Amino acid sequence: MATIVLLTCTGLGLGALYFLVASGLSLIFGLMDVLNFAHGALLSIGAYGAWWAAGGNLPGAGRSGFGFVLAVAFGTAVGTLAAVLLELAVIRPLYTRPREQILATVGVGLAAPALLSAIWGSDARTFPGPVALSGTFPLLGAAIPVNRLVLVAAALVLLVALRLFLGRTRHGLVVRAGVEDRSMVTALGIDVRKAFTLVFAIGGAAAALAGALGGLYFGSVDPGQGTSLLIFAFVVVVMGGMGSITGAAVAAVGVGLVQQFANYYTAAGLGDLAVVVMLAVLVLIRPRGLTGRLA
Amino acid sequence: MSTSTPTAEPTRQEAPGQRRPRFSPGWLRRAGHWWPGVLLLVLFVAPYSALQVPGLFDGPVGSPGTLQLLALCLVFGALATGYDLLVGRLGLLSFGHALYFAAGTYATNTIMLEAGLPFVTSALLGLFVGAVLAALLGSVSLRVTGIGFSMVTLAFAQAGSILVERDPGGITGGEEGRAAPAQLLPASLVGIQHTANLYWIALSYLVITLVIVHWAARSPAGRVWEGIKENERRVEILGLRPYGFKLLAFVLAGVLAALGGIVYLLITGGATPQTTTSDFTLSLLVMVVLGGSGSRWGPLIGGVLYTWADHQLGDLAGSRTVAGLPAVLRVPLSQPLFLLGATFVVVVYVLPGGVVRLPGRLREARTSKKPRGRAG
Repeated sequence: MATIVLLTCTGLGLGALYFLVASGLSLIFGLMDVLNFAHGALLSIGAYGAWWAAGGNLPGAGRSGFGFVLAVAFGTAVGTLAAVLLELAVIRPLYTRPREQILATVGVGLAAPALLSAIWGSDARTFPGPVALSGTFPLLGAAIPVNRLVLVAAALVLLVALRLFLGRTRHGLVVRAGVEDRSMVTALGIDVRKAFTLVFAIGGAAAALAGALGGLYFGSVDPGQGTSLLIFAFVVVVMGGMGSITGAAVAAVGVGLVQQFANYYTAAGLGDLAVVVMLAVLVLIRPRGLTGRLA
Repeated sequence: MSTSTPTAEPTRQEAPGQRRPRFSPGWLRRAGHWWPGVLLLVLFVAPYSALQVPGLFDGPVGSPGTLQLLALCLVFGALATGYDLLVGRLGLLSFGHALYFAAGTYATNTIMLEAGLPFVTSALLGLFVGAVLAALLGSVSLRVTGIGFSMVTLAFAQAGSILVERDPGGITGGEEGRAAPAQLLPASLVGIQHTANLYWIALSYLVITLVIVHWAARSPAGRVWEGIKENERRVEILGLRPYGFKLLAFVLAGVLAALGGIVYLLITGGATPQTTTSDFTLSLLVMVVLGGSGSRWGPLIGGVLYTWADHQLGDLAGSRTVAGLPAVLRVPLSQPLFLLGATFVVVVYVLPGGVVRLPGRLREARTSKKPRGRAG
C-alpha cells in the first residue's frame, strides 16, 4: 500500500512537471502552429537561472525560505524573458513561413543547451533546495517527499490560472479565438501578434518554472534535462490533443503515473517505453488525441 | 548519373532562343551535364592522391585520417539525401530518422556479436530489421498528419534511444556502445591500412543512395509524392490513397538509412549510442536544410559541409588558439553544437532553399541591379 501511495505521488509530481512544459507547448502550437523545439531550452534556462540565483549570486536569493522563492521567481523571469526574446527575434520575422519557424526553434534548441554547457560544464550540478522542501511527510503509511507536493501545487495553480485567463479575460478570449481560427481574428481587426508574444511569454514562464521546480524533483540541473523532458511533453501534447489545456493535464497525469508504475514494477526504463507504446495505441485508436482536437 | 542528359537535350534544341550565350557557352554547358561523373571519378581516385589541402584537411588526401573524414562526409551526405526523400520530396518532417540508421548499426553488430554470423549475413539481416522496423513504426506514425507525425516519430526514436541506453541483457553495450568483432569482418575491411576500402564502400553507398532516390523521384510513385507535398487532399480526390505512398517513401528512406548505419559501423568500427539520439536526427535535419531541402544535390552538399564543419569545429574547440581567447569568445567557440545551431538559424533566415540556391540568388541579385531590358 505504502509503495502504491508513494508511486502515485511521485507519478503525479512527474505528471505535474510534464503539464508545466506541455501546457505552454500546447497553447503555442494551438495558436501559432509552431512546434517549439526550443521549449526544452527555455526549461533549462529557467533551471540554471534558479540554480545560479540560489547559489548566492543574486542578492537576497538563497537556498532557504523566502530566498529560495526569490531564486525560483528569478529563474522563471529569466525564462520568460528568453521566451519573449525568442518570439520577437526568431519567430516573428518568419510568420509567413511556418516550416522555417519550426526549423529555427530547432536551431535554438540545439544552440542554447550547448551554450549552457559551455558556460557551466556539461556535468549535472547539485540543485540547492531548501531544507523545508527536502524532507518527507507521512501519508497513509508512506513517506512522501515534500517537493512532489510543491510540483503538483504549482501545476494545479497553473491549470486554474490558465483556465481563468482563457475563459474570463479579454486577452484569453483573443487567444482562444486565435486557436480556433487565426485568420478570422486578424480579419476582425485584432492584432493577433500581441497574443502570440503573450502566449510565448506564458509558455516560457511555465517551462522555466518547470525547470526551477524540476531541479528540486531531480536534485540536480544539467543542460540536457530540458530536451529529455521535452520529448515526453510532446507525447503529452499529442495525447491530449493539440491546443487543449485540459487534455494536456489529463494526458500528463496519465503519462506520469504509467511511467512511474511501469518503471517500478518492471525493469527500469520500461516505463519510458510503456509511454511510447501507449502513445502508439492511442494514435491508432484516436488519431486526434484524447480530446479529439485537430492535429 | 546519366539521368539528366536525355531529357535536357531535346528541349534545348527546340527552343534555341532560350539560350543565354553570355554566361554559358555551349561546351561549358555540355560539360556541365557531365560534372557528376567527373566528380565521381575524382572521388574514386582520391585515395591515390598525396595532395595537401591546407585548411581543408590536416593530412594529405590519401592519408587514413583524411580518408576516414571524407568517408564520414560521404556517408552523411548520402544519409541526408535519403532523409530528404521524406522531408523535401514529401514534406514529412520525421524526427525519428536516427532510429533506422541506428537499427542498421546495432542490429548488424549485435547479430555478429551474439550469433557469431559472418558480416555479410549479419548486414543483410540488419537491413531486414531496419526495413521491418520502418514498415511497422511508419504504418503507426503515418496515421497522424502534420506536426503530430513529427512528434510520434520523435517519441518512437526516443524509445529506441532509451532501449539502447538501458542495455537490456547487455546486448547493446549501454552508454559505451560495442565494438564490432574484428575476427568476423572481412580482413580487407579491418585496420588503418585498409581505410581506402572503407572509403570506397562509403562512396558506393552514396552512389546507390543517389541513384535510388533519383530513380524513385522520377517513378510514378515519385509523381504522387510530389502531389502529396503540394496538396494531399487533391491526391485523395484523384482517387489515390496517400497513406500507402507515404509508407512506401518511409520504408525506402528507412532502408537507405539502415544501409548507411551498416556502412557507418564499418567506418567507425562499432556501434555508439550517440547515433540513436534525437540530436542525431536534428543534425540530419540541419544538413538537409543547410544544403537545400527538396533539391537533387542540396542534402548531399549539406551533409558533407556539416560533417566537415562539425569535425573541424571540434578540433578548433580543443585547440590552443581558442583556449587563449577572452571568455566571451572562448565559451561559445568551445561548443561545436552551439556554433552549428546558431549557423542553422542564420541559414534558415538568410538562405531559404539552402546552399544550392546561393548561385541562383547571386545571379538574381546581379541582374536586378542592372536596368532590365526585357521582361520574363
